[in-house]
Amino acid sequence: MKATRQSFGEALIELGARYDNLVVLDADLLKSVNTHGFAQRFPQRFIQMGIAESNMLGVAAGLALSGFIPFACSFASFLSGRYETIRISVAYSKANVKIVGTHCGVGIGEDGHTQMGLEDISIMRNLPGITVIQPVDDIETRQAVEFAIHHDHAVYLRLTRQPVEQVNKDDYRFEWGKGVVLKEGSDILLLATGALVYNVLQAARELEKENIHARVVNIHTIKPIDRALLLKQIKKTKRIMTFEDHSIIGGLGSAVAEVISEQESVGLKRIGINDTFGESGSMEELYRKFGFDKESIKQSIKRFLRRD
Amino acid sequence: MDKVKKAELENHAREIRARIIKMITLAGSGHPGGSLSLVEILVYLFFEKIKRTRQNALDENRDRFVLSKGHGVPALYAIFAQIGLLKDKDLENFRKLGSKLQGHPDRIKLPYVEASTGSLGQGLSVAVGMAIAAKLKKKDYRIYCVLGDGEIQQGQVWEALMSAPKFNLDNLYVFLDYNKIQLDDWVDKIMPIEPLGSKIESFNWKVYQINGHNFDEIHDVFNKIDQGDQKPKFIIAHTIKGKGVSFMENEVKWHGIAPNREESKKALKELYT
Repeated sequence: MKATRQSFGEALIELGARYDNLVVLDADLLKSVNTHGFAQRFPQRFIQMGIAESNMLGVAAGLALSGFIPFACSFASFLSGRYETIRISVAYSKANVKIVGTHCGVGIGEDGHTQMGLEDISIMRNLPGITVIQPVDDIETRQAVEFAIHHDHAVYLRLTRQPVEQVNKDDYRFEWGKGVVLKEGSDILLLATGALVYNVLQAARELEKENIHARVVNIHTIKPIDRALLLKQIKKTKRIMTFEDHSIIGGLGSAVAEVISEQESVGLKRIGINDTFGESGSMEELYRKFGFDKESIKQSIKRFLRRD
Repeated sequence: MDKVKKAELENHAREIRARIIKMITLAGSGHPGGSLSLVEILVYLFFEKIKRTRQNALDENRDRFVLSKGHGVPALYAIFAQIGLLKDKDLENFRKLGSKLQGHPDRIKLPYVEASTGSLGQGLSVAVGMAIAAKLKKKDYRIYCVLGDGEIQQGQVWEALMSAPKFNLDNLYVFLDYNKIQLDDWVDKIMPIEPLGSKIESFNWKVYQINGHNFDEIHDVFNKIDQGDQKPKFIIAHTIKGKGVSFMENEVKWHGIAPNREESKKALKELYT
């Protein structure tokens, strides 16, 4: 068993040797976040920013805009609290910053609520252009970190404090945006992310004895959510459950609900800003562009009712 | 500075003020007061220091300029037009749907903008990151950043001020456009920032105070700056909000409203007499 924050720290050292434009920023948590190994090995590329996460994220953006690949690391709760800097200096600027939030969920234990990242997925997920990844075990974490380096956009990586069991096989290959089927079954679909995947898998195996056959899928990429998998699955089973050590408001459960509830058989359609940025223009023009004026509203209603 | 050069810069300043007025009038919204107060600082930086041209605009070793007070962007767009990076036609689309000239600077829509700003308090952090990057790359290009006076009420600015001296960022030059007025009222009434010079000096910066509308003083401050000093530089530029248009000068109400056609005509007439 190994905490995904530890796998991350080990991967950083390995990748730091291969990518000389990789830099790491810390806010006085290097031992907790596990960047101390990188700091010792590559002191020139380790930037200690002190307990000032907003500035750390802005500085990371400046480094990214100058060609570096910065990993800005802290607890998930403290990073998501610096939302406005992430919103403008990282997301809107399309700065290639890797935001790494450890100590996610109630799984951190004794430190209590203030140190628990419980809203971070929700907060990062609504920012256009930021992908949200929560790896499940050591193997997946290492590959997700390398993916983040190759991915030329901002990434949010969500990691555990506590050790987690290995879920994937040794020859596992991480595929961004693709759910991983860990167990077959047709009675119910169980979608899980992060530390809960192992427990869900164990539970599902035991339920076989009670004649309940569950399909278990690891959702490591919460944004973009694996739409194709969800649409295929809901044809097979109408029973779906989601599991996450995170608020059910805005997390994996919400991401799944957003996809399946908009299917015709269910019948919810959400109109709003669809994962993009705002821009300048007159109010009337913008309402037309985003489908908020009367005519656009009529059209979207008719389209949804298939009467267009 | 020599008289010919000074006259040249003053001419640029006048053209830029005229463009600011025209742009905001046409858009029907924008921030004239804090754009007009910025003009001499930007003219000096872009024509004498950064020396931006169409050819070097995206060069890897270019000096960077971050307008942290993003609402002053009409002044920046006007500079870009004066240099030839934008056409006057582009300025007509300021704040219009589909325009690359957004209400606040957007580096994706307009790549000559170094950082997307407008949410106050963030630009200096980005500039610090750029200055660290230049050091890591062992390049000697400079980073210039302009802050608003109301803007420094933001906590993140002080995080950034604390961090720059730690990394010996002698390549970082910060100007404060100290026009003494913010959106609601005078800075002193909203949330006093004084004593400012000693405050920033105590954060370990090299601090200078100048009249931000006087080209000789801007020129002299660069002569005074000790190149061997490892400290980042902070230049408090005392300015006048709405500078150059008599009825806008030192008037709180001209922070964020557009002049109507008549006011615009009056302003332009003043600039050219």
